Parts: sequence; C-alpha cells; structure tokens
Amino acid sequence: MTTLNPQPHQPALPFRHRLSLLAGPVLALASGAAFADYTWNFPTPVTPIGRDTLSMHNQFMVIITVLFVVVFAIMIYSMIKHRKSTGARPAKFSGPTGAVQWFWTLVPFAMLLFIDFVLMGIPAFHAVVDMEDTRTKADMVLKVTGLQWKWKYEYPDSGVQFVSTLTTPREQIEGKEAKGEHYLLEVDNEVVLPVGKKVRILLTSTDVIHTWWVPQFGVKRDAIPGFLRETWVRIEEPGVYRGQCAELCGKDHGFMPVVVRAVPEPEYAAWVDKKKAEMSAAAAGGDKTWTMAELLAKGKESYEKNCAACHQPNGQGLPPAFPALAGSKIVTGPLLSPDGKLIPDSHVDRVMNGKTGTAMQAFKATLSDVDIAAIVTYERNSFGNTKGDMIQPAQIKALR
Amino acid sequence: MNTATHTLDHHGDHAHHPTGILRWLTTTNHKDIGTMYMTFALLMFFVGGAMILGVRAELFQPGLQLMKPEFFNQLIGVHALVMIFAALMPAATGFANWMIPLMIGAPDMALPRLNNWGFWLLPPAALLLTMPFVLALFGIGDGAVATGWTLYAPLSVQGGIGVDFAIFSIHILGISSIMGSINIIATILNMRAPGMTLMKMPLFCWGWLVTAVLLIITLPVLAGGVTMLLTDRHFQTHFFDAAGGGDPILFQHLFWFFGHPEVYILLLPVWGLMPHVLSTFTRKPVYGHTAQVWSFIAIGVLGLIVWAHHFLTAGLPVPALLYFMYSTMSISLPLAVLFFCWIATMWRGSMSFETPMLFALGFIVLFGIAGLTGLVLADVAADAQYHHSYFVVAHFHYALFAGGIMGVMTGVYFWLPKWTGHMYSEKLGKLHFWLTVISFNLTFMPQFFLGLAGMPRRIPDYALQFAEFNAISTVGAFALGLSQLLFAWNVWRCVKGGEKASAEVWEGTDGLEWQLSSPPPYHSWETQPVVK
Amino acid sequence: MNASHASTPHSGHYYVPQPSIYPIILSAGMFLLALGFILLMNKFAPGPWVMTAGAAVIILVLFKWFGAVIAENQRGAYTDWEDKSFRQGMVWFIGSEVMFFAAFFGALFYCRNISVPALAGMDPAFTLYKDFTAAWPTSGPKGASFTPMGAWGIPAINTALLLTSGVTLTWAHWGLMKAKRSQLNLGLILTVLLGVIFLGFQAYEYHHAYTEMGLTMGAGVYGATFFMLTGFHGFHVTLGAIMLAVVAGRCLSGHFDAKRHFAFEAVAWYWHFVDVVWLLLFVVVYWL
Ligand code: HEA
Ligand code: HEA
Ligand code: HEC
Ligand code: CUA
Ligand SMILES: [Cu+2]
Repeated sequence: MTTLNPQPHQPALPFRHRLSLLAGPVLALASGAAFADYTWNFPTPVTPIGRDTLSMHNQFMVIITVLFVVVFAIMIYSMIKHRKSTGARPAKFSGPTGAVQWFWTLVPFAMLLFIDFVLMGIPAFHAVVDMEDTRTKADMVLKVTGLQWKWKYEYPDSGVQFVSTLTTPREQIEGKEAKGEHYLLEVDNEVVLPVGKKVRILLTSTDVIHTWWVPQFGVKRDAIPGFLRETWVRIEEPGVYRGQCAELCGKDHGFMPVVVRAVPEPEYAAWVDKKKAEMSAAAAGGDKTWTMAELLAKGKESYEKNCAACHQPNGQGLPPAFPALAGSKIVTGPLLSPDGKLIPDSHVDRVMNGKTGTAMQAFKATLSDVDIAAIVTYERNSFGNTKGDMIQPAQIKALR
Repeated sequence: MNTATHTLDHHGDHAHHPTGILRWLTTTNHKDIGTMYMTFALLMFFVGGAMILGVRAELFQPGLQLMKPEFFNQLIGVHALVMIFAALMPAATGFANWMIPLMIGAPDMALPRLNNWGFWLLPPAALLLTMPFVLALFGIGDGAVATGWTLYAPLSVQGGIGVDFAIFSIHILGISSIMGSINIIATILNMRAPGMTLMKMPLFCWGWLVTAVLLIITLPVLAGGVTMLLTDRHFQTHFFDAAGGGDPILFQHLFWFFGHPEVYILLLPVWGLMPHVLSTFTRKPVYGHTAQVWSFIAIGVLGLIVWAHHFLTAGLPVPALLYFMYSTMSISLPLAVLFFCWIATMWRGSMSFETPMLFALGFIVLFGIAGLTGLVLADVAADAQYHHSYFVVAHFHYALFAGGIMGVMTGVYFWLPKWTGHMYSEKLGKLHFWLTVISFNLTFMPQFFLGLAGMPRRIPDYALQFAEFNAISTVGAFALGLSQLLFAWNVWRCVKGGEKASAEVWEGTDGLEWQLSSPPPYHSWETQPVVK
Repeated sequence: MNASHASTPHSGHYYVPQPSIYPIILSAGMFLLALGFILLMNKFAPGPWVMTAGAAVIILVLFKWFGAVIAENQRGAYTDWEDKSFRQGMVWFIGSEVMFFAAFFGALFYCRNISVPALAGMDPAFTLYKDFTAAWPTSGPKGASFTPMGAWGIPAINTALLLTSGVTLTWAHWGLMKAKRSQLNLGLILTVLLGVIFLGFQAYEYHHAYTEMGLTMGAGVYGATFFMLTGFHGFHVTLGAIMLAVVAGRCLSGHFDAKRHFAFEAVAWYWHFVDVVWLLLFVVVYWL
C-alpha cells in the first residue's frame, strides 16, 4: 500500500515535479523515480505520540498488506487454475466437510482474532491511554480557541494572548502571483512553544467546531463551542511545524492554518517577555484619546484582518449570507445611548456581542478595545458611509 | 373467506394497465417500479458525478480557479447526499423490487400501492436537495447545504436556507426508505413460495432483509436528529448549544447512529448479490450459505453499536474510545467470513469471465482494500492522523464506488438480460470494466497518499506539496466519469434490442428467477411454485 | 432449487391493486407542504400559501386513497394472505415510530447524563462557566430561569386519562369480537373523547408553561426536550384520535366483523403504543 519507511518531511515542493505532470500522470506513476523523495507516508514525527502513531501505522500497513496479498494470491491462483477454458470441472461442495476442512476454515478466524485484538489491539490500547493522559506532569498550558477562521492562543501562565491568521495574499490564491513556499500554511503570529516540555493544550471554540491538527505532532483534536477539550504535546526538535484546521467550519475552512514554532527554553522565555511588552504597549493605547485619522488608519488595518473575510474589503458583504455594511441600517444607526450605554442591536452591540445562531461572533472576546473602537469608527466612515462620528477605546472598555 | 375470492373478478387487472406515461406514474407492478428506481438511480449517479467533477476540476491545481469556497462546500455535500440517497440506495431498492418476487416465487410485492408511493417520494426529495442551487440563481437564499453531508451542528445551525431544504429532503427520503423497507420485509416474510424456509431463501433476499431492518431502526433516529436541528435553527431550542446545556456532539451521535449502519445498508444488498454471481460463473454451489446468513445478521447487529468511530477525535472518554475501537475491529470477523465464502465458492469451480464476473472480482479486490483500510481507521491513536484527511476519502470511495457502485453494476450486467430479454454487448461491457477499474484506482489511490501526507478533506485549495497527486486524481476522475458513459450506452442498447436472451441466460444459474422467461411476464408468479 | 407449479396453501390469488394515481399526488402534496414550510420559516411571502395548497392536496388524496382501500376491503378483495401483509406492515411501521421516539429520549438521556455534567465538571482552573453546577432541571450555563413542570397535577390526570382510554379501547375490541356492536361503538367513542380531553389538558398545560412558568422551547435543554417529547407525543395522540374517529365512523356504518378487522386492530396497536410512550414520558420527563 505504501512504502513502509517514513520519508523525511519535505516542507513544500513548489513546482519541482511539474515536469512529470506534463509528461502525463500515467507516465509519472510509471517513473517512480520522479516521486522518490515525495511524501508517501506520515511526515516525520517530532513528539512521542507522533512516533507512536507512525510506528503503529507502519505496523498496520504491513499487516494489512500481508493479509491482502495472501487472500488475493489464493483468489488469483484459483482464477488461473479453476477456469472453464482450461477444462476445469466444477466441484460440488458447499461447505466444509470433515474435521480437516473445518480446521482450515477456522484457522483464518483465529488469526484474525489475534491480529485484531492482540497485534493491533494491544499497542493501540497503550497509545490511547498515553494520548489521553493530558495532565500528569504537564509543564505548561496552552489554550487554543477556534474562530471562523483563525486561531486564538492564550498562555495562562504569562497572560500572553494573540490571534493567528493566514497571511497568504489573495493574489497568490487567485493565481495572480506566484505561490510562495509556504502557500496557505503561513500566519502572522506563530504559536511559540518550548522544546522538551509537556504542554497541555486546552481547546474550545466560539462559533462552530474546528479541529486543531499538526501532522508532525500526531495530534488532532476538536475544538467544540462551549466545551473544553484537551490534548498534549512534547515537541522534541526545534523547528516550525505546520498544520490546518481539519473540521469543515464554513467557507474559509481551507484557510485557517496552524503554525507552531518550537524553540529552546531560553529563547521561549525571551519570546514571552517580548510578547508581554507588546501587549502592554497595546493596552497603553487603550487609555489615550485617539484622533479620527488614527482610528481610521488602525480601523482599516484591523477591519481587513478580522472582518473582510465575510463583509468583504469594500464593505459590500456577500448577501444574503453576509450582509453589506455599506448603507447598513445598523452601521448607520446611533452609536451609544445619550448616557453612554450600549443600545441593543446597535452597531457596537453587534460587533462586541455578535448575533447568536449566525456566523457573526462576539468580537469582544478576541479584539482589543482599540481594535473595536477603530473598526467601528472605520465602518461608519467608509464604503460610502458618512456618519462622521467616532468612538474611543476607553468608551469600549467601559462597556465590557 | 378464501372461497369468496374466486367469485371476484380481479383477474381483470392483468392486461389492463394504462399505457404511455400514465403506466409509469400509476403502476403498482414491482417490475415497473423496479425499472423506475434503476432509471432514477442512473440519472442521479450522473448528476452527483457531474457535481464532483466540478470539485475535482477545482482541485486540479492549487489556488482558486473555478468557484468560490462557499460553492465548493455546497458541491461536496450535495454530491455525497445525491450519490448515497438518490443513486446507490435507489439502485439497491430497484434490485429488490425486480428480483425479490422473482426469487421467492411471489406474484408481486406485498404492498404494491405503497411501493409506488415509496418510489414517487424520491423525485420530490431529490428536487428539494438540488433546488436551492437554482433558487440562488434567482437571488433566493444562498445556495444548497454547505455543511458536508454530515450536517454537523452548529455549522448547520448557522447555515442558510439550503440546510432547511436538506432537512426536509432527508425527512422525505426517510419516509421513502421506511416504506420501501416495510414492503420488503412484508414481502419476504409473507410471500415466499411454499417450501422456501428462511434458511433456504436466496442470499440476495437475506442481504435485503437485514438492510430493511437496519433502515427501520436507524432512519427514524436521523429524522429525529435533523428535526432537532430544525428546531434549533428556527424554534429557539438548545439541543446542540452549550449555552442551554446542549452539546454539538449529541448531533454527531444521532447522525452516526444512522450513518454507520448506513454504510452496511448500502453494501448488504451487494454482499447478498455476490454469491449468486460467483456461483453462476463458477458453475458451483454457493459456499457457506448459512454462514453468510449469520454473517449478515452479525454485521447488522455490530453495525448498530460502533457509530462513534467517526468522531474519535472529538474528545470522548477513554473507556468509550476503547469500546468503539474494539467493537469496530470486530466487524472484520463477519466480513472475513464473507470473503472466505466468496473465495471458497470460486475454489475448484469452472470459471468463466463474463462482464458480471469481472465486476464481481474487481469488487472483491477493491472492496478488500476499503475494508482493510477501514480496519486501521478504527485504531483510535492512528485515527488521530487519518481522521478528516484524504485517507478517509480514499477509504470510503473504495467502499462506496468500488463496493457500492461497482457492486450495483455487477448486478445490472448480471440481470439486465433477464429484465430486457436481450444480451448487452459483452465487448463494451469488458471495455467498461477495464476503464473503470484503471481510472478508479488512478483517482483514489493517490488520495491515500495525500491523506497520509496530511491533506485535510473538504478544502477547495491546498498547499503546494499536494499538487501532483491531486492532479493525477483529477485526471483519473474525468476518465472515470467518461467511462461511465459507456455503461449508460450499453444499457440503453440492451433495452432497445439485441441478441435474445434465454430464460436461463447464463450457464450456471440456480434459483427460481431463472425459470421465468426473459423478460418475465407482467405478473411474475401467477401461481406460486413449490420449493422442495 | 427445484420448483413445480403445484397447488399451494395460498390457493387464492394475491390481490394486486389497480394502478393508482394517488401516491404520486400525495408525494406532490408533501413536496408543496415542505417547500411552503421552508419558505415560511425563512420569511418568504408565498410560504403559507404553498403550504396550504400542499396540505389541501394531502388531505384530499388521503380521503380518496383510504376510500379506495375501504371499498376494496368491503368488496372482499382481501383474504387472510393480504391481511397478514398489512399486519406485518403496521408492526414494522410502529417499530420505526419507536425508534423516532428513541431519538428524542436519547437526546434527553444524553443532556441529563452527559452534556450537563460535562459542562459543570470542567477543570476548575480553566472552566468556561464559573458557577454552573450540574442539576436537573436546568436551562444550561447561560439559560434564563424557569419553573419546571411538576408531575402530580395535569400530567397525572393525563396519565389516568390515557390509561382509561386503553381500557375502553380493549372493551370496544371485546364488543367487536362478541358481535356486541353497541359496546363496540360506545367504547370507540369514549376512547376518542378521552383522547380529545387529553389534548385539551395538554394545550392548557403548554399555555400555562409559556405564560406563567417561563418554560418555553428556549428554556435550555429542559425546555427543548420537554416540548419536543411531549409535543411529538401529542402529535401522535392527535393522529391516533383521528384514525380512531375514522374507525369509529366505519363501525357505526357497520364495517368489520369478528374475524376481519385489520383497520381496527392497526389503530388499536397504534393507540396502545402511544399509551406506552406516555407512561415512559411521565416517568422520565415529568417525574424523575
Ligand atoms: C459502504 C461503505 C463503507 C463500508 C463497507 C465501510 C466499512 C468499514 N469502515 Fe468505513 N467509512 C465509510 C464507508 C464505509 N466504510 C464512509 C462513507 C466513511 C466516512 C464518512 C464521512 O466522514 O463522511 C467511513 C469512515 C470510516 C471511519 C472513520 C474515519 C474517520 O473519519 O476518522 C472508520 C473508523 O473506524 C471506518 C471504519 C470502517 C470499518 C472498520 C469497516 C469494516 O466494515 C470493514 C470490514 C472489512 C474488512 C476488515 C476486510 C475483510 C477481510 C478481508 C479482506 C480478509 C481478511 C482475511 C482473513 C480471512 C484472515 N470507516
Ligand atoms: C455512493 C457514494 C459516492 C460515489 C459513487 C462517489 C463518487 C465519486 N466521488 Fe465522492 N463522496 C462521497 C460519496 C460518493 N462519491 C461522500 C459520502 C463524500 C463526503 C462528502 C463530505 O465530505 O461531506 C464524497 C466526497 C468526495 C470528495 C472529497 C471532497 C472533499 O472532501 O473536498 C471527492 C474528491 O475527489 C470525491 C470524488 C468522487 C469521484 C471522482 C467520484 C466518481 O466515482 C464519480 C464518477 C463520475 C461520474 C459518474 C460522472 C459522470 C458524468 C459525466 C461524464 C458528465 C455527464 C454530464 C452530464 C450529467 C450533463 N468525492
Ligand atoms: C464569520 C463571518 C463574519 C465575520 C468574520 C464578521 N461578521 Fe459581521 N456579520 C456576519 C453575519 C452572518 C451577519 C448577519 C447577522 C444577522 O443575521 O443579523 C453579520 C452582521 C454584522 C453587522 C450588522 C449588519 C446588519 O446590517 O445587519 C455588523 C455591524 C457587523 N457584522 C460587523 C462586523 C465587524 C465589525 C466584524 C469584524 C470585527 C465582523 N462583522 C466580522 C458575519 C461575520
Ligand atoms: Cu476551522 Cu475548519
Ligand atoms: Cu462507520
């Protein structure tokens, strides 16, 4: 079925084998050499679970290949020997007759029992128990939240948190530019984890089910809205590991990659400090008073990152699924009530609290005060909307 | 009471059936209804196939070329629902309608008018499923269901009008299948020729009996599940919403309680048909009739208790994981019995290789690959890697296309001469077989490797390292699709005319169905035969 | 296998009905009903009209179809052989209904025993819901408050009503078997009446729940399972009562005899099935 040696992972092979394609797929299959360094098997694992999984998989592939060959060798032998054109005369039996035949009939089932529950069953048992043991001697916790269509990461120990979004430009996706090396597998904020530590990973989601998957970790676990699920990794090699969301989660399911950078412990500590500094700088922005121009610039940037997937960069949305913000009654409605309170179903309310049962999620969980204030201001004064008003981060903070 | 019947003139209904289109709209005849099921199935097979050719074309190269991701998602889900509910299941029901009365020596199905209703529920259901595509063109709604065929909440709670269409389509399909199943069970239990005990009953009928019982057990649960989905969408309930104490995973339980038995519903009729074909073309009795009957039953029972292997990554507790792993693995035992019996039927026979036999052999080998890969999927730890990757897509197309569709084609080639009274073209049939097998493997073998290398399913665009295998798969898919035109052409020619078929058709046949003329008379067994 | 065309125990001819236009029209009606409902739920104006048209077609066809079946039956078209097919058909149909209810009971069981405890039992250091504890009834971690429905008021009366109706129905059956037609007629009418009173009480209970107890479909999983299970059951009582009324009408016009009364028995089975479901409901939805 597959070659049974794990091939070293080839990160990406842009157009290297285009030649074989041109020659036609049949030819390509025939000239196995062209595919010699292609990934025929799991990418090289870098965690204990990943190694377990791969070795089990390899073992199973051997088992089922042997079964396949044995069973069908018998069948093909029969097809050659017992054909009418060679003058074979049909026998008459329709079941086992006599003790010897019964014995031969039962042997395969004994073998199958052994294969299922011993050869495959026992290693699987140990692997499962190990895989599910997320808490014993865990060194740290990483909390992962799936959102349509990005991942939010939180480090409860240090308070670091950020959202990680695809950075592949639309031009590459639409074929207007050459595709980069990590096409679709690149993000703005990589998750950084220390090498050699047992990281307990908690998963949840704010909208629909997503699945966090990094093939080289051998880890795939669903992020279910309203529930917490757990898994764990201990990465043994520094490096960058890429994966994707594996549960259909709406239109951009194919565009929410996971990128993990594993670094040695000291480097990790330095990264945490840097992130903390960045975060307090951003928080500081929340207290100052912003000018309209500042808000609009910041708003455009954040809008395109967080909202444009649904409402489109030009604010026209994709009706009827995703409403246009240009000319929307809600966006062009009042900002806050005269005493500075939230108006139900108003612009600010919709952005902060979302609308349950639709794809419009509550953004107060993922966006900072600055982002929300900037986006709201931007939306009210763009795409042809000309409200001319603005809202300050401090006001958003007061509404939380 | 019995004597009273003789005084009634219901022999009048023999020749008096309307002609032209009305004959088909109103028929209560099992053969007419069978023909309608088969025709509908073939049609929908092409519709479902055309959809996925669009998908494969998009996947030919990395990047988005032909369609938006929203539309891509609609195509894959509707492809699956059409292929499963509107192509494969109706084809199997068509077989049942045609063959069960002939095989058990019955004049017709037990509940003929219900039978007609069961069929006529299908076109409205198929219409509901595909209509949103058309409505969207007119600006109504945002297209068909875009959640994949599994309709997982909460994605389906948040989805558009297409989800509602899919829900009602499933309700109607469910009623259709339940009516069909009730009819088949009543026919089998009540209409067998005197002397045909259940254990003597042909295996095809046994396959269907178990299928029908599974349908009656599982389909209502799916119907209940989608009803809760409907109320979550429109009537404020919180079955699948944690905020109200519900759970998205509840939907997965309900769906797969149906969904897993469904895969055996799709294949049991085919497994029932295989021994007939093998014994005919080996000119040797079926090996292990009783063993196969008990295997069918065992598959049915085990099939009902293993459903959670479809969401092993959802975070079930360890005991549940282990239970579902081992119970799933144990299904390999009754299936090994079937494989054993198939090969033992061939052993020391006198084989010839007409088209149905070729398809049967192709089925056995390729379904073997599906089954063996299914076995490894059951392993919880390794499944973390396989789950929702193209490895799974490859696994189930080996089961659904090579097992289901090729199994149906085996039956069509096998029985077509009986149905039409003409022989099909053996040359075209063989050509169709070889083209199908080669292009099928070209399409789906690469998908195993894609999955292993880490390509998730249901994505419209992919990273560069998956490019080559996807291109091969797309080329294969188009070749596969084109090859099926040969099949349609061959069937059409055979319906229109051709060399006359004898009552027996094949040399090594065995069973009541071969004693009636080809094609059989309008009313099958006017007087029931007696089986010794 | 060997066969000869000898005479058989079913020496009669199995009745294959004439071709019939009803099924396809019924399907068309169902299509319209579904389409109309979908449009209605998604706020498209023609929805209610399409729905009404569909419902009208369905009702009309059912009248015709059942009429045809009854006429065939009165003509004596059916023998024991056909009768057996009908019985088997009905038994398996009720089997499918059992599984339909099983889905909803399963949902109740799942929410009570799996999802609510899971929501309450998260690792306290990281829980998503600070003060949510597992208890039943509940409207979930973020649900509104409501009063659960007690067992010993209307539900208990309803239990008694349905149990009595089972008795009156059996009493009617005895009447039929012993050719006491007035006992038959009275028993049936009483049964239908009891069914209708049951539905009346249930309607009152729902009204009370919505207006005074805050118990709505939206009251978390308790409200959802409560209304889904009792509502679906109520729907079945309605269907059963209609079918009983039809059978009562036929009895009044002298149909059925002690030996051949499949329609009566089918409805009786259905009614008893609905009874049993209620008992289960009473125990797991109201009481426990
Ligand atoms: C007809 C269809 C069909 C059939 C028959 C099967 C058969 C099986 N399937 Fe498959 N499966 C699907 C259709 C089918 N499947 C579909 C559609 C999906 C995906 C659904 C979705 O997510 O959209 C799926 C997904 C699926 C999964 C979930 C994967 C995932 O999403 O992570 C699993 C996991 O356990 C699984 C397992 C099995 C097993 C154990 C069998 C067993 O029944 C196989 C048993 C057969 C054998 C074991 C081979 C028999 C033995 C021999 C060849 C001889 C042996 C020799 C001796 C005599 C010693 N299947
Ligand atoms: C019985 C079931 C069945 C059958 C027969 C098929 C048949 C095929 N399937 Fe399907 N498939 C599923 C059931 C089935 N599939 C299911 C359940 C899924 C999962 C969906 C989900 O994720 O929710 C799936 C998903 C699926 C995917 C994954 C999509 C994704 O995850 O992104 C792919 C990708 O290659 C695929 C390909 C094919 C191909 C190439 C065929 C070929 O065999 C088709 C052969 C082609 C034809 C028959 C076309 C013939 C037509 C013409 C030549 C043109 C004629 C012209 C007109 C009609 C005008 N299928
Ligand atoms: C996952 C898709 C998605 C994303 C991302 C998204 N929205 Fe929305 N948005 C929706 C949907 C769907 C609705 C319609 C909800 C409804 O049915 O009322 C909506 C509605 C709105 C409305 C109300 C418009 C109206 O006229 O009804 C506003 C305002 C809005 N979104 C702002 C935002 C902002 C600001 C962001 C980014 C911070 C954002 N949205 C990101 C899907 C999204
Ligand atoms: Cu998130 Cu798919
Ligand atoms: Cu399964």
